[in-house]
Amino acid sequence: MTVYLLRRISQSFLVLVAMSMIVFVGVYAVGDPVEILISPDADQMERERAIQALGLDLPLWEQYGVFVWRALHGDLGRSFVYNEPALQLILQKMPATLELAFGSMFISVLIGLPLGMYAGLKPDSAGSKVIMAGSILGFSLPTFWVGLMLIMVFAVQLGWLPSTGRGETAHFLGLQWSFLTANGLSHLVMPAINLALFKISLVIRLTRSGVRETMLMDYVKFARAKGLSPARVTFVHVFKNILIPVVTVVGLELGSTIAFSVVTESVFAWPGMGKLIIDSINVLDRPVIVAYLMIIVLMFITINLIVDLLYSALDPRVRLEGKA
Amino acid sequence: MAWTRSIFALLGALSVAATAPGPAAAQTAAPTLNMAVGAPVTSLDPHFHQLSPNNAVAAMIFDRLINTDGQARMQPGLAESWTAIAPDVWEFKLRRGVRFHNGNEFTAEDVVFTFQRVPNVPNSPSSFAAFVRPIRNVEVVDSHTLRITTNGPYPLLPQDMTNLYILDRETHQGVTTEDFNAGRAAIGTGPYRMVSHRMGDRIEFERNEQYFGERPAFARVNYRMITNDSARTAALLAGDVEFIDQVPTADLARLRQDQRLAMSEVTGLRLIYLAFDHHRDDASPFVTDAEGRPIPRNPLRDLRVRRALSMAIDRQAIVDRVMEGAGTPSAQFFPPGIFSFIPDFPAQRPDAEGARRLLAEAGFPQGFRITLHGPNDRYPNDGRVIQAIGQMWTRIGVRTAVEAQPWTTFVARAGRGEFSAFLIGWGSNPEGSHPLRNLIATQDRERGWGASNRGRYSNRAIDAQLEQALREIDDARREQLLIAAQRAAFEDVAIVPLYIQTNIWAMRRNLQHASRADELTRAQDIRPR
Repeated sequence: MTVYLLRRISQSFLVLVAMSMIVFVGVYAVGDPVEILISPDADQMERERAIQALGLDLPLWEQYGVFVWRALHGDLGRSFVYNEPALQLILQKMPATLELAFGSMFISVLIGLPLGMYAGLKPDSAGSKVIMAGSILGFSLPTFWVGLMLIMVFAVQLGWLPSTGRGETAHFLGLQWSFLTANGLSHLVMPAINLALFKISLVIRLTRSGVRETMLMDYVKFARAKGLSPARVTFVHVFKNILIPVVTVVGLELGSTIAFSVVTESVFAWPGMGKLIIDSINVLDRPVIVAYLMIIVLMFITINLIVDLLYSALDPRVRLEGKA
Repeated sequence: MAWTRSIFALLGALSVAATAPGPAAAQTAAPTLNMAVGAPVTSLDPHFHQLSPNNAVAAMIFDRLINTDGQARMQPGLAESWTAIAPDVWEFKLRRGVRFHNGNEFTAEDVVFTFQRVPNVPNSPSSFAAFVRPIRNVEVVDSHTLRITTNGPYPLLPQDMTNLYILDRETHQGVTTEDFNAGRAAIGTGPYRMVSHRMGDRIEFERNEQYFGERPAFARVNYRMITNDSARTAALLAGDVEFIDQVPTADLARLRQDQRLAMSEVTGLRLIYLAFDHHRDDASPFVTDAEGRPIPRNPLRDLRVRRALSMAIDRQAIVDRVMEGAGTPSAQFFPPGIFSFIPDFPAQRPDAEGARRLLAEAGFPQGFRITLHGPNDRYPNDGRVIQAIGQMWTRIGVRTAVEAQPWTTFVARAGRGEFSAFLIGWGSNPEGSHPLRNLIATQDRERGWGASNRGRYSNRAIDAQLEQALREIDDARREQLLIAAQRAAFEDVAIVPLYIQTNIWAMRRNLQHASRADELTRAQDIRPR
């Protein structure tokens, strides 16, 4: 077990190093941050000063060396644009993204599970067909378009919900959260639904196929034969068993939702990490891009590790030490 | 059939909502103004990053010695008057009784302190240092009089002073950019004081009741950043904000028709133009002959070719069709009314016949092939404008391939002189020497000339005229020199001016806005109607 953990951690470390190198070289190849950041009427002297101030006058390997040295001391560099520590900028934006991601997960389970169960229990009913057709839309409609349509209908035409932004926030655990105020919650609803749309469809389809498979199992037939009520069969025997794959997938989806809610965040002007990273890419703010990707890599590595450990705990057939 | 009926009911509700005037609440001015801008403000430190959105916010919190009005003309700010008492000495009389938001009095010492801080802001990606570099010495005559000595005669000192925001010696000693962003140091003399700041999201302001100038109409301002164009428009339509800037041209027609909204427009100072490779005598990288074989000489060095390419372009059509009217065809940097505007110098009319004749005269009766480069995310409709120009050039026999790329990649390559022809924009200070020095003058590191002359145009006669103008204190004489130099540059087709962008703001009908040629979006320019 310890050997396994050590191996995983050293692998993760290698991934982090590779990631930072790729980003460094990539941003270097795309363009020159100074050309983008500097005022157009800056003269040659001012350009040279800016290049020096941002440390871009050094050869790339030396810039990387400086970065690694500082990173080992817990400093991932300062943003070129904001002149604040990159890590701090990202962590400031994290609560907004986290609540959006968890909000959308919550919605997708809340809506997806019952609809999926219904579609699985009554596969031939008209309602199921509508649900399944709808889930195809959820998969295939582009997120930004759905986001704009939501805004047009619910904010512009009906005026029920605010169109953009995060609204009021409240303090909790030393951070600002908007789901704790009514105003903030009303701002959260639309982007969360927008982000949840794809996942709702996913959960519906997973649940439906799970239900249909489970219904044919011997233990379900036996429960029925025992004379248990249909409700008890459905909610205890079937429900418990379909939950395992659903929970696994939802857990993995959470990671990608946190990392890649870029589109939704920019359509709804949601001040989260996704919006920060896209703004940073537009101006080649390398310290922020590197720091962001490293955090995301770290997050995925951790999630995967936890999933692996859980599997081995839940399923004795999975052995961690064995030669994979 | 219940569902059909409900959908029709929904559609009906939508169309009613779209045509009916807004709710009564929106008709009366609220004490708080909610506004949204399209470009993120990256810092509240007024000397950290020379960037329009930052300058707009700085102009709300701070003041300059010389402020500017909507037409970019100089207006007394913290200085009540300024005169050149010798060709290289300027005397500034400062305004008395002005206080910073924290109660400190504004004096000449604060100006001296500001000049010292400006070149020394750490990590600045684009500093304001160039504006204090011509200053050799600053003499404090009394608490409200300054004498500034420059390195040689320097007529642009007042113009430079319109860019520097004045800080307080006592308050801002040793403060960092982070102190400004956190609000601790965002203390100026301006019409608004900062209340809270959430980076990249919103800034909240309240009115400075002690402001020396005109009192702003709104007591509180919620200044939001919504970078997505559609989202910003939607926020206005939904009534979440009452005012937006950078109205996307695609939405213009619709917003103009909306009874609930009003627009504010002004011809700006940003010229969209084409630049050519003037640098290479031999083959230019993206030019080949009509059959696609390399040409040993660079046709763009031939004035007749450049003229033909300019004549081929129907600027009015581009403005009308591609830009939805949000521009003015131009043959020069400035719109009328700006210092050093060239009178009787109208935009080039399209003349395909004449263009073909010129090409034949230049030895290209069959035309040639060229690739026109441009950004696709920088200026409104930039990618579509170069497509239109490509078609117009192809019509006169110059078969044009069009390549649009993201600004991040494009601008670095353009700066290295990798292109033969490309589209780019330039926002001028309202003074002819500004664009001349940066775009037309021969590149010269020592003098800081030609830093954005990416086509490497060079004309010694124009350089000489510019040099003379930059030492001429007399405004009338300087204007004549600048007009002559600009005329020479445009007659030599150093660049091909296309159109000057129109700056457009949109707001609820109950508001009015004093538009600004310099594109800055500031709360003090907005009042109830």
